[in-house]
Amino acid sequence: MSLLQVENLNARHGLLQAVRDVSLEAAEGEILALVGANGAGKTTLLRTIAGSHRATSGRVSFDGTELGAMRANRRVHLGIALVPEGRRLFGGMTVEENLKVAGAGGRTGRWTLTTVIEAFPMLKPHLKRRSGELSGGQQQAAAIGRALMSNPRVLLLDEVSLGLSPVAVSAVYESLQAVIAEGRTTIVLVEQDLARVLRLATRVACMLEGRVVLEGKASELSRDQVTEAYFGLRRGEGAGVH
Amino acid sequence: MAFADQILQGIFLGAYYALIACGLSFLFGVMRIINLAHGSIAVLSGYLVLALANHFGISPFLALLVAVPVMAAAGFVLQRGILERSLRSGPLIPLLSTFGLAVVLDNSMFQAFGADTKSLANGIGDLSYSSWNGPGGIAVGQLAVLTLVVAVALLGGLQLFLNRTPLGRAIRACAEDPETAELVGIDARNVYAAATAIALVTVAIAGTFLGMRATFDPYTGPTQLIFAFEAVVIGGAGSLWGTLVGGVVLGIAQNLGSQISPQGFLIGGHLVFLIVLAARFLFAGRDWRSALRIPKRAQA
Repeated sequence: MSLLQVENLNARHGLLQAVRDVSLEAAEGEILALVGANGAGKTTLLRTIAGSHRATSGRVSFDGTELGAMRANRRVHLGIALVPEGRRLFGGMTVEENLKVAGAGGRTGRWTLTTVIEAFPMLKPHLKRRSGELSGGQQQAAAIGRALMSNPRVLLLDEVSLGLSPVAVSAVYESLQAVIAEGRTTIVLVEQDLARVLRLATRVACMLEGRVVLEGKASELSRDQVTEAYFGLRRGEGAGVH
Repeated sequence: MAFADQILQGIFLGAYYALIACGLSFLFGVMRIINLAHGSIAVLSGYLVLALANHFGISPFLALLVAVPVMAAAGFVLQRGILERSLRSGPLIPLLSTFGLAVVLDNSMFQAFGADTKSLANGIGDLSYSSWNGPGGIAVGQLAVLTLVVAVALLGGLQLFLNRTPLGRAIRACAEDPETAELVGIDARNVYAAATAIALVTVAIAGTFLGMRATFDPYTGPTQLIFAFEAVVIGGAGSLWGTLVGGVVLGIAQNLGSQISPQGFLIGGHLVFLIVLAARFLFAGRDWRSALRIPKRAQA
């Protein structure tokens, strides 16, 4: 049974419908990658799953329970954590405080201040610095570490490589390997680097104008297939390679 | 010598201003709300402490201990009932609703307690007028020293609380970015309610000191609000240590003003307030947020 289930989800920003009738599933330990152009609705979808954005209709279920209008902070307690686009660290607080403030309210488990710092060794020298002073890559590591502090069962990662240098992106993904290697955390990630997505993810869903137009196992999808769906070259031919 | 004395007394007066500004500064720092009912709530807690002291025949300090949980509960209700609703409707609405609350409180207190001025000084014996006499004819009021000690302890304690405790960290996280705070598992509604409760506890303490050092009547609130507001702005909005400095600067300015002219007391304070404000704007150029030392909030 899938841990996270999204059924016929719709979400809008005012008059703009950002997410149209999206249905997706992610099983325990699965890595589901969402790809799609800017404005395809990926961020809104993640935010709706996390409870930051209200769905207009449809259902999000977690571990068999429908979440309904549950607020984001309650969803964190259930085990859903979002690393938001743009990192959104508490810039006036130190890195350590950023981690602690997230650890206070969440679930307990493998991730503690110590284990998070072990997984993200680049944070160690900067624990007492204000997070706003860190480099982009360090901030991203801190943001992922902060999400892990609540010991999520589903980790939602929104564009972790946005605005980072290639070296920093590699470093962040290297650290993420610790989470992936553990194998129990389900990861839903939005990423623009297709090569990386196809290497990392177990399944890929491609979004276009709010809809999922292609979905399938990463091992069975070719780069060209994803690219076609990404740019909407096959529109109208019927979507979904399940 | 008179000059030095005025500065010294100004520091003690400023400690009282810092005390009354503490809650205003705290609430602004956490929720970006300027609570215009602040002064009226301080007067209300003055009446509450007076009523408790008279009814049970206890000292105002003991009565304050009883008033603290009452005001904390009132803070919770204030947040859930008024502030939270008005915050949802934009930044202007909390100003209007707390102004409305101030009017309602002032007139209700007038209805309930009449126009007579009241004081808590009767209840504290000779503490209200005793002083320690130093060299050169300088006298330091014992109550004034107590006010200074309490102000430093309260502002320092709050700062320590914000820096060191889990709730303090949650309050700071919500102050910076409430939406992200929710995403890391913090219940921002509860945190705001707790912060308002804490703010009103500091107001209860300030109201008690207002009643012990002077007299109050139902319409004393707005004046106290102005002094508190000036202290907050002089010290830099939202900074607790800044509020202490701001209060002291205001107190010294008022005392020196009264040395120059009998009417100089208020003018001296307002003048320093305006000069600080103008200087900030001059240095900050068009960035009014940094002029008022308002920290920027994370944008979506």
